[in-house]
Amino acid sequence: MKYKLTILLSVLVQFYSFATTYEVGHNKPFKSIKSALKNVKNGDSLLVYEGVYKEGNIVINKEIKLIGKNYPVLDGQKKFEILSVKSANTLICGFRVQHSGYATLDDPGAIKVYDSHNVTIRDNILDDNFFGIYLQYCRNCIVKNNQIQAYGIEEQQIGNGIHCWKSDSLQIIANKISGHRDGIYFEFVTNSIIWRNISTGNIRYGLHFMFSNNDSYITNVFKNNGAGVSVMFTKNVKMINNTFEENWGDAAYGLFLKEISDSYIFGNHFIKNTSAIHMEGTSRIKVERNVFESNGWGMKIQASCMDNEVTANNFIGNTFDISTNGSLVLNTFNGNYWDKYEGYDLDRNHIGDVPYHPLSLFSVIVENNPPAMLLFRSFMVSLLDKSEKMIPSLTPDNFVDNTPLMHSLGL
Amino acid sequence: MNRIGKFIVLDILKNKIILVYTLILAVLSWGVFSLEDNSTKGLLTLLNVVLLTVPLVSVIFSTIYIYNSSEFIELLLSQPIRRSKIWLSLFFGLSISLLLAFLIGAGIPILVYAPLDIGGMMLLVGIFITVVFVAIAFLSSIATRDKAKGIGIAILLWMFFALLFDGLILFMSFQFADYPIEKIMVVVTAFNPIDLARILILLHLDVSAMMGYTGAIFKDFFGNQVGIIAAFTILLLWVAVPFIISLRKFRRKDL
Repeated sequence: MKYKLTILLSVLVQFYSFATTYEVGHNKPFKSIKSALKNVKNGDSLLVYEGVYKEGNIVINKEIKLIGKNYPVLDGQKKFEILSVKSANTLICGFRVQHSGYATLDDPGAIKVYDSHNVTIRDNILDDNFFGIYLQYCRNCIVKNNQIQAYGIEEQQIGNGIHCWKSDSLQIIANKISGHRDGIYFEFVTNSIIWRNISTGNIRYGLHFMFSNNDSYITNVFKNNGAGVSVMFTKNVKMINNTFEENWGDAAYGLFLKEISDSYIFGNHFIKNTSAIHMEGTSRIKVERNVFESNGWGMKIQASCMDNEVTANNFIGNTFDISTNGSLVLNTFNGNYWDKYEGYDLDRNHIGDVPYHPLSLFSVIVENNPPAMLLFRSFMVSLLDKSEKMIPSLTPDNFVDNTPLMHSLGL
Repeated sequence: MNRIGKFIVLDILKNKIILVYTLILAVLSWGVFSLEDNSTKGLLTLLNVVLLTVPLVSVIFSTIYIYNSSEFIELLLSQPIRRSKIWLSLFFGLSISLLLAFLIGAGIPILVYAPLDIGGMMLLVGIFITVVFVAIAFLSSIATRDKAKGIGIAILLWMFFALLFDGLILFMSFQFADYPIEKIMVVVTAFNPIDLARILILLHLDVSAMMGYTGAIFKDFFGNQVGIIAAFTILLLWVAVPFIISLRKFRRKDL
């Protein structure tokens, strides 16, 4: 056994001793990345020094480490896909990749990975590309610490920041994305994690998520995106400790949930969104310990949702806490803090003695007849709301929190 | 005009009612701000004060004051003073004293507690609402010689603008829910100074909700410079038109 191990080790050492480092640069052995790529073998490293490299489409089909020193510029001259990675076990780091081509048929990206695994893309700056980082049919890849910006104006004319398609076990960590169509796009991606990213000012969604089961996204910031964040047709998603902020507009939602089941929304902050959470056809979701603050609508729960649990959240300073479009209520509310609650607590157990009906009559009216919003906070409307609160007749009376908290939770 | 105006202001200030009005506003404002833990809730209570109490007091006090000073007006008319001058000084005297009451009573706590943008807007709107309803009082008191009838008209007008109008709009919006009525709604609000005032504040208080649906249309209209200027111009018209009509009537009236 010991003998075998020694052989194995010596073979490994041999193998690695063959790995060489090639240098590319202005006054280095290789002047262009392409010419160096012809000479490399699997396991070699390519050090690229400062400079501007306009080499069209660079295809990497060997297992190498491509490392930039002081952010050498790879320029696609608005014509080419810049880096195409077609090999596994590859590292790309430290580049400034800019001006990729634009084509709607084959979606060129600044860095595109085809059918691969164990590819790491980190510490790059991507500027003004059609798609930023594009992964398709990938496994075990890491996209980390990249700064991705674009200057899209129209949805049709710009791609996504990080686009992942039909992949598994990806790690998207600590990237900053702005100005793309969707900041991060997941379709048919499973068992992956999105962690500590900041996605701001994208034209459509900060995060766009479809048919992607068993994923988590944790501690991300989604701010000021055209339509917020959208999670659709998925089960087993964990959304923890994210911040959804200032997603403003008619069809903009802090978090848009459509056809989601068995998921968990925990410890997120929803601040100043037109609608913080919009739920449609979602079931068996637990919404726990989140903060809803200064939103237009805290939660819009459509009547097509069932068995969702809303527990121990803070609702503070929202125009409407809850709104719905029907009379069917199959969801439960428990132990939330509602700043509009006007009940009392005689037994001093910090739980209000009177149940709270979070659905105001006027929010139902506005849902059916949006222009009525113009009358909000008028005396007539306050009167209607007050009387409805006392005796719910038009709003579903099982829309109720039986254990509303007297004080806000420290979240 | 100066001397008459000054005399009227002093006369009103000597009147205890205006002092009580100031005191009530002050107690209310300081009270709501110190009772509520966040200033937004206090502002909401004050919004109702500005939209209901301020116009009510302005319109009733002014109407009664004008009726009560009919002998004083007749006395002045026997002097070589132009009629418009008398009417104007009466208007300014009433407006200034009611404004003073509002600014001292509600203005100071608003400035102390509320964020500057919302607070400033609320003060501005309160000022306009006060003056608009003084003008409306002038119109209703010149409409009839009968004091009870005049006060009745004033109260009815207040009731219409503060309560009924919104109910009517709500009703209309349901009747025409199938049509794109957003823009028409914006136009219709111009016919009620209280609604106009409320929307101006709403755009600051409920900014997130106003970004949704039709809110965006209102925000587009009232939120930008042009819209705000338009809204205040309309409020100014609400001061000018009733007053000018009353002035023309007063000039020709056989007293």
